Amino acid sequence: MRTSIKNFSYLFLPLSVLALLIIINLIKGADYFSITMVNGALYGNIPNIFFGAAELVILSIGMTLVTAASRGQDISIGESATITSAIFVLFVLQAGEVTLFTILVGFLFSCIAGLALGAFNGVLVSVFKVQPMVASLILFTGGRSIAFMIDGKLSPILANDISNKIGTVIPGVPIQTPIILTVLFIVFFAVLLKTTNLKLYVETVGINPNAARLNGINPKKIIFLTFLIMGFCTAVAGFIAVNKAGRHDSVNLLKLIMMDAILAVAIGGNSLGGGKFSITGSIIGAYTIEMLNRTLLRLEIEPAMIKVFKAIFIIILMVIASPVVRLKIRKVVDKVRSGKTAVNQSKGSTPLSTANIARKKEE
Amino acid sequence: MKKILGILLVLVILGSGVLFAAGQQESGLIKVGIVNLPPEESGYRQANVEDMNTVFSTANGYDAKQTNTMDNSEQIAAAKGYIRDGVDYLLISAANASGWDDTLKSAKDAGIKVILFDRAIDTAESNYQAALLSDMAYEGAKAVEWVLGLGLDPINLILIRGQMGSAAEIGRSGAVLDAAKAGKLNIVADGTGGDSWSLEEARKVVEAAIAAGKDFNVIYAENDGMAQGAVQALEAAGITHGKDGKVKVIGFDFNRFALRNVQSGYWDADMQCNPRQAAEISKWIKSGNIPSGIIYQEELLLTTDTITDALIDQWGINADPGKGVITR
Repeated sequence: MRTSIKNFSYLFLPLSVLALLIIINLIKGADYFSITMVNGALYGNIPNIFFGAAELVILSIGMTLVTAASRGQDISIGESATITSAIFVLFVLQAGEVTLFTILVGFLFSCIAGLALGAFNGVLVSVFKVQPMVASLILFTGGRSIAFMIDGKLSPILANDISNKIGTVIPGVPIQTPIILTVLFIVFFAVLLKTTNLKLYVETVGINPNAARLNGINPKKIIFLTFLIMGFCTAVAGFIAVNKAGRHDSVNLLKLIMMDAILAVAIGGNSLGGGKFSITGSIIGAYTIEMLNRTLLRLEIEPAMIKVFKAIFIIILMVIASPVVRLKIRKVVDKVRSGKTAVNQSKGSTPLSTANIARKKEE
Repeated sequence: MKKILGILLVLVILGSGVLFAAGQQESGLIKVGIVNLPPEESGYRQANVEDMNTVFSTANGYDAKQTNTMDNSEQIAAAKGYIRDGVDYLLISAANASGWDDTLKSAKDAGIKVILFDRAIDTAESNYQAALLSDMAYEGAKAVEWVLGLGLDPINLILIRGQMGSAAEIGRSGAVLDAAKAGKLNIVADGTGGDSWSLEEARKVVEAAIAAGKDFNVIYAENDGMAQGAVQALEAAGITHGKDGKVKVIGFDFNRFALRNVQSGYWDADMQCNPRQAAEISKWIKSGNIPSGIIYQEELLLTTDTITDALIDQWGINADPGKGVITR
């Protein structure tokens, strides 16, 4: 019972923001949630949001793990995804005839490339102790040029039937394929986190690497692992993005998406300084950003001002999310709860207790 | 420290000696220095750099050196290097429109003719010989003329702008805004693809218009990628477009995939932004008859009726998906 309340308070911020956006949209038009069938697929605002945010959700999952373990952010995710998708396109196009098999093999190759790029960043951060943002700055700067070379200095076209189905809908399936892929990805991660100690280890390393090391967890390995996972996420995101676009534009594909991914992590109630994290929060955060972008368009703000409004909105969100305000909210919540439960755990002991649990599991 | 400086000095002397020797060997060639942006900037630039390389080749009688960088100060340094090398002509597409006055003046003093291409520089017209540019306002006017000539009544247009404040965005939007002010058409939605002229953002602009129940029959997207995103939104919503469809679609830039889409009747028109200035400049140089001031290029607008394979082949930029292939 207590854990469920605690979980909810973690999600209080992202959910309240989401609720606020929904209210704005409902005021603008009562039919906001209406869904119709178009060409055998569900169509409406909600499917559009799920469709549009597919890559962002996947990347923010990886970003959450990297942030939690390494206490920094990977800013090269858009560029990594551009490189992995370039390799995917390269393989598919040289194969001549495009079949489901070539697409799958191409995807596997792009995953390997993603893992390699993740390993590159991971080694820099975990072994050489370079700040994550600085380490990923290398790929951020050079990544698009590398992808451009892989593309043969052109924007290759991926106009084939299977790619189109992956980017839009498979006939007979009422939900757009990118949405299905996103759900599969989320389920995969949920299972991964449920069946392994990954979450515990990542949080332990993020809270205090030295304590983790003393308790038998190798922080280097864990940080490296999170970057590998990030690499895998970029491969999947790149795959979806390039199939959606139908061609590989190395200049603009997923450009500056790391900003939104980092923001999604923050809106999700996660500390950008590492430590405890909530993937659910980040996922909601990602959908919130997508909804915010669309809400601004719905409000018909003129194009020159749209970024200013987004910035103002984000400032408001960040103030609500700031530790100061959150502490106040927590105090109020605690006061309400104090009548029901006598014991209140103190915040300061968290790192130690987590480390102890980690140790117990190790034993 | 002194040692390093000494070594550097020796290297510089050696390097310039080699360059000088190389210059001496090909004395019959016209020496050209080209300062350009890097090909990975865009599909436009890729075609532009490639065109410069083919036209200003040794086979055509040129000894050309090209520097490609997005950094304005690196560009200026490269231009100064070419001036020191004593090139005959200096061709510049500047990353930044300002900060070039001194460099241009020193080129003028050295008797080097400066020709700007693609991008103008904020400086006195006497500081350069000629500038061969794309007239964005002309492109916009021509596209709007096509929209007005479609015979739609009323014209309800969705405007999807590029990077706000860029020369292309100002020119291409200007014509639409003027026509709207004159009451010739209605802008039912006004959005932007942002700094990266983003396909996804363009898609969202159209999706928002559909969600708001807007009735529209023209999509005016200021580049091909954004037109593609807009059409994706129409497809998902089951709205017809293209030759026999309800919504007429126009893009810009002449990417070959876009031209193929026009040819297939999936879109309706595309407006050129010509990256191939090299041939014209070469003609000027060879004839010795270089105009002065700003010269605008002739640019085409192709529709489903006027488009041909030959034109796609000749004027298109970027990869060609092949005849009949639609890039959705």
